Amino acid sequence: MSTDGVNAGRRSLLIGATAAVGAVGVAYVAVPFVKSWNPSARAKAAGAPVTADISQLEPGQKITIEWRGKPVWVVRRTPDMLAGLKRIEPSLLDPASENEAQQPAYAKNEFRAIKAEYLVLTGICTHLGCSPLFEPEKAKIETSWEGGFFCPCHGSKFDLAGRVYKGVPAPKNLEVPPHSYTSDKVLVIGVDKEHA
Amino acid sequence: MSKFFSNIMGWVDARFPATETFEYHMSKYYAPKNFNFWYFFGVLSMVVLVNQLVTGIWLTMSYNPSGEGAFDSVEYIMRDVDYGWLLRYLHSTGASAFFVVVYLHMFRGLLYGSYKKPRELIWLFGMGIYLCLMAEGFFGYLLPWGNMSYWGAQVILNLAGAIPFVGGELVQWVRGDFLISGATLNRFFALHVVAIPLVLVALVFLHLVALHHVGSNNPDGIEIKKNKGPDGVPLDGIPFHPYYTVHDLVGIVVFLAVFSTVIFFFPDGGGYFLEQPNFEPANPLKTPAHIAPVWYYTPFYAMLRAVPSMFGSAFPGVIVMGAAIAILFVLPWLDRSPVKSIRYKGWMSKVWLAILVVSFVVLGYLGVQPSNGTTLGIGNTLLAQMLTALYFAYFILMPFYTSIEKCKPVPDRVTGGSH
Repeated sequence: MSTDGVNAGRRSLLIGATAAVGAVGVAYVAVPFVKSWNPSARAKAAGAPVTADISQLEPGQKITIEWRGKPVWVVRRTPDMLAGLKRIEPSLLDPASENEAQQPAYAKNEFRAIKAEYLVLTGICTHLGCSPLFEPEKAKIETSWEGGFFCPCHGSKFDLAGRVYKGVPAPKNLEVPPHSYTSDKVLVIGVDKEHA
Repeated sequence: MSKFFSNIMGWVDARFPATETFEYHMSKYYAPKNFNFWYFFGVLSMVVLVNQLVTGIWLTMSYNPSGEGAFDSVEYIMRDVDYGWLLRYLHSTGASAFFVVVYLHMFRGLLYGSYKKPRELIWLFGMGIYLCLMAEGFFGYLLPWGNMSYWGAQVILNLAGAIPFVGGELVQWVRGDFLISGATLNRFFALHVVAIPLVLVALVFLHLVALHHVGSNNPDGIEIKKNKGPDGVPLDGIPFHPYYTVHDLVGIVVFLAVFSTVIFFFPDGGGYFLEQPNFEPANPLKTPAHIAPVWYYTPFYAMLRAVPSMFGSAFPGVIVMGAAIAILFVLPWLDRSPVKSIRYKGWMSKVWLAILVVSFVVLGYLGVQPSNGTTLGIGNTLLAQMLTALYFAYFILMPFYTSIEKCKPVPDRVTGGSH
């Protein structure tokens, strides 16, 4: 096999063109395999929005609703609880909810909620994922405690708007899930306010 | 850049026979330059094997191997998993494509005497692959847990039941239960997904190593190593890479075009790739009107049915069916011809090979027909019996007709080969 008379330029072109078309083919073939890993229609259906009737919720009471396998808390805050939110601000890491990833735009306010009275939070600690305990009683965890959530796994603390304290392992405020109200007493978790 | 690359290869080669292996199997493996159409099917078999392995793995991600969940999980894959329908059709069409390609590959062996000395071991490994493939198809077919899955498995397992004395116990042992149930399904799943694929991949490796050790045959049946140039390279040989890697790429693309056409336009293969009764869940109380195995087993099924019961046992049919496959193993020793390729054999070999092909194909057709029907005026059972006899005659008479026929002189150098 001699290489005399080989048109090297033509050979490079042919090899290059074949490789390019081959690469396109490989990409097309890869698509179904990669996409089949996305949540299936069944998974998406199981992850559909959940409706909750909050008419029976007493002031100061918390209920837990399951959405996408996660606990979602709804707390009906008393006026005293709402007042405590202001007092506790110096102890908080991100009191103004500057971290945009942790709540929808409509929950970026002093109450982290659409309606001040009703707090809606995803009950998963932003440290390593345990579900914190509801501790509404003042001075329970420490003398300055205005009520909030305490995570028993590594001691992270959150106030009654789900905002994280300074100096605890958790780095972020508790997440506010997308939610909206279809009426005064009916909460839908999983549907954003503008799409309600 | 190139120096950097060759430094890396130098590092690797000092620790692992990378370049050496590539040269031995590809760039310095001298294959005959006259390969024709029949020589595509080996590489196509490998392409289909890879397809089955990859799509099979992906299906295992969503499939549920329990009696209660299997059928629904297939519907889930078809409807709810993104592109699940495509993964499923790739796998089911691939299964049929595997047999098309393997039968044509085996036929090439018959045409050109690829099983003759010194290639007998390649043929034996290949026959091992064929057996594993049939087992793989059998176990895999139960997995969708459709009605044909269930009843097809029932019929074939009951064949084992025909074995005298141990039959009943054996069938119960294979089933793991008093009937075909979730226990059977779960173990067939393990065999289909793990055990047999491992054996298959090992056999394919051995098949290729044995081939490369002696070198490839060719349509003229000439040993190209008998005519080497001053540099030790066979005069009629060309390096597998780049000549046959590029050549095979074309064949692969043509194959994929046909394969894709089936998958996207008629994946059920007219009812032969995905069978009608299988669109219903397994029902132990209701046998489909028409049980037949999948098309690639039908020639052997026709032989099985053609043999009448003897002494109250259906076992003779099982023996004949087994013998039809077993006789292929001894083919290298039945062929007494001084030449390898059909091109240079006498007219008797040509006639018998034609008879074999016609018998096998018509038996395949008869396998899907009811055994009490008629074809062109002849009763199906009688026709199947005659064709079974002819099938066996090809092999049994081979030592005679290959010895006595007059062959043509074989040239020293290959004919054809435009490379």
